[in-house]
Amino acid sequence: MLSSRRRLLLGLGALSLPLPGVALAAAPTDRRFVFVVLRGGLDGIGSVVPYADPNYRILRGEIALASPGQEGGILDLDGRFGLHPALAPLETLWRARQLAIVHAVATPYRQRSHFDGQDLLENGTVEPRAKGGGWLNRSIALLGKPKEPNRRLGLAVGSTVPLLLRGEVPVATWSPPVLPDASADFIAKLSRLYRDDSVLGPALAQGVGAQAMSTEVIGERTMGGTPARGPGAFKAASEAAGKLLASAVGPRVAVLELNGFDTHAQQRNRIVGPLAAFADGMIALKDALGPAWTDTVVLAASEFGRTAQVNGTLGTDHGTAGVAFILGGRVAGGRVLGRWPGLAASQLYEGRDLAPTTDLRAVAKALLKHHLGLPEDALGKVVFPDSRTVRPLPDLMPA
Amino acid sequence: MSIHAVTAASRFGLGARPGDLARIKGDPRAWLAAQLDGTSEATQGVGRSAERLQQYFEARRSGGDPAVIALFRKEYREGFAADVGARTRRAAATDQPFRERLVHFWTNHFTVSALRPLVAGIAVPFEEEAIRPNVTGRFVDLLFAAVRHPAMLLYLDQAESIGPNSRVGQRRSRGLNENLAREILELHTLGVDGGYTQADVRAFAEMLTGWSIGNLRNGVIGAFNYVPLVHEPGSKTFLGRTYEDDGEREARTVLELLARHPSTARRIATKLARHFIADRPPAESVDWIARVFIDSDGDLRAVYRAVIAEERAWRDPLSKVRAPSDFVVAALRATGVKPEGGPVMRAQAVLGQTPLTAPSPAGWPDEAEAWATPEAMMRRVEFALAFAGRVRTHMEPGDLAESVLGDALSDETGAAIRRAGSRTESLALMLASPEFQRR
Repeated sequence: MLSSRRRLLLGLGALSLPLPGVALAAAPTDRRFVFVVLRGGLDGIGSVVPYADPNYRILRGEIALASPGQEGGILDLDGRFGLHPALAPLETLWRARQLAIVHAVATPYRQRSHFDGQDLLENGTVEPRAKGGGWLNRSIALLGKPKEPNRRLGLAVGSTVPLLLRGEVPVATWSPPVLPDASADFIAKLSRLYRDDSVLGPALAQGVGAQAMSTEVIGERTMGGTPARGPGAFKAASEAAGKLLASAVGPRVAVLELNGFDTHAQQRNRIVGPLAAFADGMIALKDALGPAWTDTVVLAASEFGRTAQVNGTLGTDHGTAGVAFILGGRVAGGRVLGRWPGLAASQLYEGRDLAPTTDLRAVAKALLKHHLGLPEDALGKVVFPDSRTVRPLPDLMPA
Repeated sequence: MSIHAVTAASRFGLGARPGDLARIKGDPRAWLAAQLDGTSEATQGVGRSAERLQQYFEARRSGGDPAVIALFRKEYREGFAADVGARTRRAAATDQPFRERLVHFWTNHFTVSALRPLVAGIAVPFEEEAIRPNVTGRFVDLLFAAVRHPAMLLYLDQAESIGPNSRVGQRRSRGLNENLAREILELHTLGVDGGYTQADVRAFAEMLTGWSIGNLRNGVIGAFNYVPLVHEPGSKTFLGRTYEDDGEREARTVLELLARHPSTARRIATKLARHFIADRPPAESVDWIARVFIDSDGDLRAVYRAVIAEERAWRDPLSKVRAPSDFVVAALRATGVKPEGGPVMRAQAVLGQTPLTAPSPAGWPDEAEAWATPEAMMRRVEFALAFAGRVRTHMEPGDLAESVLGDALSDETGAAIRRAGSRTESLALMLASPEFQRR
């Protein structure tokens, strides 16, 4: 199933030629794209720490992290920024230049509601609650149809499909088993009853087929060991997504979701678990993808960042700009991109938040254009409507 | 034309319990019509929105004390779960399933969604306080009650909307929020092609300014509260007519106009026909229901009678696919399993439809393609297997299937149920059968 198409794409990559967008859009890709929704408003300043900025310690006070080199200290990246120690597993990716970071990044949303912020992050417009589904579903539509009729290019990991993947293109879902699997015998009996049902019959048949595939790829679902919730859940979900994406006939675009970043209080303790889960999940994803990691790009982002200053409950409140992580075998990594706006009072957005200097859509566009080969014109009109002035961020992918 | 008891129980109801079909087969239409008389008492175990909002305002007064806020969040979430459990228990036990379906229909038409955290604790109370008491009254009263309820005012941001030229608006930079105005026009009344413009949306939003809810300083906590200081002054032009400044009454005047508008009649008739007759309802059915809506001046009881009088509803095979939460309710009714709040809500969540958590103000979809996806079908099969293991009934599964599916049960499904290897497998086959997915 490693088609000539895949060899062709890899060949083009090796020759450093720009991908022919139109040709790719005509057929499904072997490139993989994963979006990780970090829900709750990830604190960019507290996760990729601008420790060299003189205002960092002043603003963060008691929740400022120890300097690089000290026990439990920040993990230096480039002399200006460092990772929160809970993100330590990502250090190897950074050194391998497979992790890039864009700081002071934000969607066009400038209010501070989770609900509307996430809505806009996912719908790809400049309005919360716009109709038309999610931008990643619209991106999949541009990839074209797979040859196999039952194959789904998009995969939602979880029990529901996030807005990002909702829309006209049907997507697959995978979630850890919470209900027993049906036996083959039961399915066979039931399928006979559905034989003449023109609506539900085909749906059941496709469901049975998709389940067989995920069982084959991931292993017996009833074997246990895949926690549906709790600390290991995100890692398990990431691993499952990696296995499904690695399959030759599997999906090509996946969305993972991680909650818990709404750190209004006691941030020093409460951010550790979610950050560690994220880092562990990314390593599990990479390992499960195996050789396909070379063909994979991951973008992780949140609906907004948090306030620059620590609040009265040793946490931070809803803010504006935050941080985005870009990981993958082909990423031009090992760099923190984006203009750093500074943390002086006059440099903050509305006197309180990290000021946005990069539009998250520019980041996404760069990946969709250079990695998935989607034409820039369609990105500006269809995927992110009315965004032609937001140009793809340069330097994220090798030219 | 033959009148089938199972049509009354499934198409118009929430699924039969054993014995129901025998009771209603004499006159299924009369059984439905009788449910429209009288009133519907409040659901036991559902909280009151005023009390829930009082908790919220008091937690806010703590000045951000994380312990107080964490406790509030926990209680609020638990309140929502308890409310949903009470709602499901009622649906599973009710003797008036048609009436209950209508309550659910209107709650979905006037969607408020617990995906917005502050709405969660008042979402089911919204159904109890705004929808249920008005479900057999006049549409204008239902519309008025729904859009004035705190849950709607919060869900669609009306409580924060400020007239730009009002006294408050001139002092502050915040302003008009068009959300509720737009959704009333687009979703609750005229429909997106119902003949209004962006200027009408804005004018209606201006007329709605001041519609808010009482807080600790202002008005009755958690009740509708009109705030004159944020009302946009001056005359407004809406749908070609100019209205003089009339404060709180301006929006009421517009709602009365909208409730009588032919586009509204058409939209409501289409949605009812789609809900009870077919995903693509016949034009004649819609025309007839819309005509009754207009002629009766929005008397909902008359409108429902028109729906159950539709011959197609009785003649055509059951073609609608049960939405996931109704599939769970039908399973509870068929088997007599007593619903426990936690497991039932988890089942509804796994199947993709926790009640009162619609993804957008447009509410849950009402067409088969939205629910009959491959993944969703597998979840139904798995649910059927898991659920069947919990059923304790003395009835033979084959007899039970005949008792709840009646004439809708095919010979082949009946035989498969009787032939299966165990009671659990028999019951699972019944619950997972194509007949059981339909209404």
